[in-house]
Amino acid sequence: MRYLFKTDYRQDTTLWRHRGDLFWYGLLVVVLLVIPYVLSEFYVGELGGVFVFAVAGVGMMLLAGYTGLISLGNAAFLGIGAYTDAILLTHGVPLLIALPVAGLFTGLFGIAIGLPTLRMSGLYLAIATLAFGSIVGTVFQKWDAVTGGFDGFAVPAPDIFGVPIQNATGIYYLSLAVLVIVLWFSANILRTPLGRAMVAIRDSEISAQSMGIHLARYKTFAFALSAFITGLAGALFAHYVRFLAPDAFDVLLSVQFVTIVFVGGLGSLHGVILGALFVRLLPQFIAIMRDDLPFGIGRMPGLEPSLYGLVLVIVILFEPGGIYGRWIKMKQWFQAYPLKRRTGFRRQKSYARSERLR
Amino acid sequence: MEDAARLLQLVVNGAAAGCIYGLIALGFVLIYKATEMINFAQGDIMMLGGFFAFALIAHFGLNYWVGALLAILLTAAFGFALDAVVLRRVIGQPQFAVVMLTLGLGFIFRAAAGITWGYDSVGFETPFTNRTINLHGLILGQDNVSIIVGTVLLCGVLYLFFSRTRLGVAMQASSQNQLAAYYMGIPVRTVFSLIWAISAGVAAVAGILLSPVSMIDVNMGFLGIKAFAAAVLGGFGSIPGALVGGVVIGIVEQLAGYFLPAGFQEVTSNVVLLATLILRPQGLFAELAGKRV
Repeated sequence: MRYLFKTDYRQDTTLWRHRGDLFWYGLLVVVLLVIPYVLSEFYVGELGGVFVFAVAGVGMMLLAGYTGLISLGNAAFLGIGAYTDAILLTHGVPLLIALPVAGLFTGLFGIAIGLPTLRMSGLYLAIATLAFGSIVGTVFQKWDAVTGGFDGFAVPAPDIFGVPIQNATGIYYLSLAVLVIVLWFSANILRTPLGRAMVAIRDSEISAQSMGIHLARYKTFAFALSAFITGLAGALFAHYVRFLAPDAFDVLLSVQFVTIVFVGGLGSLHGVILGALFVRLLPQFIAIMRDDLPFGIGRMPGLEPSLYGLVLVIVILFEPGGIYGRWIKMKQWFQAYPLKRRTGFRRQKSYARSERLR
Repeated sequence: MEDAARLLQLVVNGAAAGCIYGLIALGFVLIYKATEMINFAQGDIMMLGGFFAFALIAHFGLNYWVGALLAILLTAAFGFALDAVVLRRVIGQPQFAVVMLTLGLGFIFRAAAGITWGYDSVGFETPFTNRTINLHGLILGQDNVSIIVGTVLLCGVLYLFFSRTRLGVAMQASSQNQLAAYYMGIPVRTVFSLIWAISAGVAAVAGILLSPVSMIDVNMGFLGIKAFAAAVLGGFGSIPGALVGGVVIGIVEQLAGYFLPAGFQEVTSNVVLLATLILRPQGLFAELAGKRV
């Protein structure tokens, strides 16, 4: 077990806690870079999907996990990013420009939805973003001139400096690169005053405001940031699926994003990765297990959404810290062995906080 | 003359659909007023109520009225158990944990109903199916009229219950101030579970009334999203507001479908919802004055 002796306030905001972190993350990146040479194309493709969802999950995490604003409309952001990227590419814009432009354009929508929802509390916000999401979904379906309606939209194969990206491996590396950049960017934001302000808003709006945090500005920023990152994920998603169908961006997808942050663990970037792994690999797991499950459970239609629902319920009831929270507890148990204290992670007794005057 | 009759018919159809939205919204509001939770699974509870009625009436061959009453009671018991077993545990967790919890429950209910009753639309014979009333040349479907009449009757019963009975007054008291209600010897937890039961029962009534108009199927819970618009328009905390909001949304939706190009009907309720939240977030019937620090 390693003891950290902090001798400087700046040690609280460093990106790496100690050199061991740097080593392990470096090792992880090397492993991820080697994977396409080891695993079959199918698994590489699936991992690429995990990365795409992880990018979208980071967008959701900054909003829900760090600023405490729940959004049930992030699928709409993903869709806007996907269509923007695809349309730009058909007009001959290179990928390296189309990708950030898709993100920025989606970010504008984030500001547009963020501004009017500023004065809403958690519940109203969830409902408003849900409504926004379903309006955008309907627009995708009905505006055939731009989105191709139900005929779908074939996404052209992109290239970077003449190197075409069309197979699963190309998408894998592209999404991995974007994911690493986005994670690094988010980790950096979270250790600036900006990120601290977001966390303060999450913990208590009123005390944040009393400390001089401009609520409207930071909340709008959080929305814009979340939409920007989700837009990037959307662009990757477009290349990942290669064919955009308007009904892909529905409420179910938004719920998947929220599942990523809840199951992974609210308020941690590690949790995003774990959550994305869970959400993307669960259907594959079911597909593999399909024939082995008893009573034909595996063949029942509608099994996936119900399993998402079930896991969500179990996590919220029994482990609000998500998978990452459970991992921290396990790590602590091993580090302290055999001196585990039963009260170490005991949850404080909590009471409902009323938002009413009367 | 033709146009006026057509318009009136649209309004009646809209009001009937609106009553359903209003009833679901009523369920939201009852729970929100009492526990400050929003039940995203309300639409799915309505779906369960519809399926319970279907099972009792079509499968076991019960009389319509007996079957409907039993289905309502079953759904209410289900709502009671839901609160007592699951939702009571999350009191004190952040609000959106409840949002996600009820969303997850909704998915589970949908899958459970699909596994039990299949994913096809089903229906059962009601006394109102395919019958019409002729009012001086204005032809109305009895199914639509039954929805409106049923809603009005249910509201009357609920009004009498909340204002005249001991339990109803205890529920009002617990909604207004939990601590004071405890001090007065009201078993607040049980009362909250009973409120969930009432809310589930109201949802079941909505599902049963809706069954002659549109069939019962697993995805009818998505009506709940439209009911949000009704609740928000009414001010989320006002019972008459929820019903008025529902009727307004239903009528506006029908008119939008008639006068505006295709595609607008689907988004009407959402547009109304967003517009309400932006222009008048407290809704038409503001009840909650502000936020406690």
